[in-house]
Amino acid sequence: MIRVVLPYHLRNLARVDGEVPLDVAGPATVSAVLEALEARHPVLRGTIRDHGTLKRRPFIRFFACKEDWSSEAPETPLPDTVVNGAEPFLIVGAMAGG
Amino acid sequence: MSTIRVLVGTKKGAFILTADGLRKNWSVTGPHFAGWEIYHVKGSPVDPHRLYASQSSGWFGQIIQRSDDGGRTWNTPGSSAEELKGPGEFPKGESNKFVYSGAAGTHKWYDGSQHPWEFKRVWHIEPSLTDPDTAYAGVEDAAIFKTTDGGKTWQELSGLRQAKGHLWQPGAGGMAVHTILLDPQNERRIYVAISAGGAFRTDDGGQTWKPINRGLQSPYELPDPDAEVGHCVHRIALHPSRPEVLYMQKHWDVLRTDNAGDQWTEVSGNLPSDFGFPIDVHAHEPETIYVVPIKSDAEHYPPDGKLRVYRSRTGGHDWEALTNGLPQKDCYVNVLRDAMAVDQLDPCGIYFGTTGGQVYGSADGGNSWNPIVRDLPAVYSVEVQTLP
Repeated sequence: MIRVVLPYHLRNLARVDGEVPLDVAGPATVSAVLEALEARHPVLRGTIRDHGTLKRRPFIRFFACKEDWSSEAPETPLPDTVVNGAEPFLIVGAMAGG
Repeated sequence: MSTIRVLVGTKKGAFILTADGLRKNWSVTGPHFAGWEIYHVKGSPVDPHRLYASQSSGWFGQIIQRSDDGGRTWNTPGSSAEELKGPGEFPKGESNKFVYSGAAGTHKWYDGSQHPWEFKRVWHIEPSLTDPDTAYAGVEDAAIFKTTDGGKTWQELSGLRQAKGHLWQPGAGGMAVHTILLDPQNERRIYVAISAGGAFRTDDGGQTWKPINRGLQSPYELPDPDAEVGHCVHRIALHPSRPEVLYMQKHWDVLRTDNAGDQWTEVSGNLPSDFGFPIDVHAHEPETIYVVPIKSDAEHYPPDGKLRVYRSRTGGHDWEALTNGLPQKDCYVNVLRDAMAVDQLDPCGIYFGTTGGQVYGSADGGNSWNPIVRDLPAVYSVEVQTLP
């Protein structure tokens, strides 16, 4: 089970408290995690990555195991500690003013 | 007695202001969608409990929200109340998908080059005059979309961008369809206004559109001052009894047309500045109009630090300053294009919001004003519902 942590505004939008536990079929990649997340919470489609192109939105970051995964290829396998739930996969709103 | 409900969109959430017909004692709810930019909230004319809201964020993009109980509860369309009952039930809406029809194409960029169309946000939602499930959305980059399923899905009326869209160009605030006017006497006629594209009209329900900018002069913004498109129209307004008469606040100049936009005439008259953003029409006097003059395109605040609404009872040319109850010194707020509205009571109520977070109301056609709230986030939009 993969533990996904959403930013505050997306937790409110999806009406979830705390982490989102996800079972991901097949190889656990950033892309697969987002597919599973959007399948469970369709309201998040378009808020993390664009409709159609599936490109990460500019002010969204992906963190795991103290590393920035934002620019990794979407099909790169995630670390074992994320896959087995020991570490969370964080979806973060980038630092920006306002 | 009637109830007045004022729907306020701000930089950090939506607020709903409610009073009885006396319009003296107001209750305030909100922030709804706290922390999100709310460009616009508007109710259906045929079902006042049905509200649509445009919720957006530089981080997370566009969300459409809908209320079916007058703003007490909200859902993303497609998430029915039944679907959401009980623990573990999550919103299922996917109502934020605004995809341009066909090849997106290009428009003019700031440097004069061609730039691909890119969806950014919904500026304005205009519910149908006859069907609560039908609404139009004016978006940035400039285009108009339509829903017929209560906001669950949106389809572009792409004919608008065929009206010389390659010559439209963003202004400082972006390039958006910010005004949509539905003709109450002809359901196939719709007007839109675009910064900076101009005004446009369809007479076939949105399939084909034509520019309606003859008479507009923009010598400081365009190399060809009376170009067919490209003018920075800030707002247009009409009175439902005479939908062929339109009033316009342009970047500079206030204008009117008496033939559905085929020819415009300047009516700025004695205004202290003819730069501004909103313009609106009295609910019962089709020749009584309101503007809020702003000093200039370089200084977006009232002339001399005095917040003055100007009223013309003659459809333009002759204007009077309305100052009673408004700050007359040290006031440097702006009033944005979608931030003025009127109610349907008699005497007519006028409302506007400022970038300083005040919402002012007048229950006597503008003769006197009172702040309903003083300290909201910057106000983007104000709409009014007059409820029985």
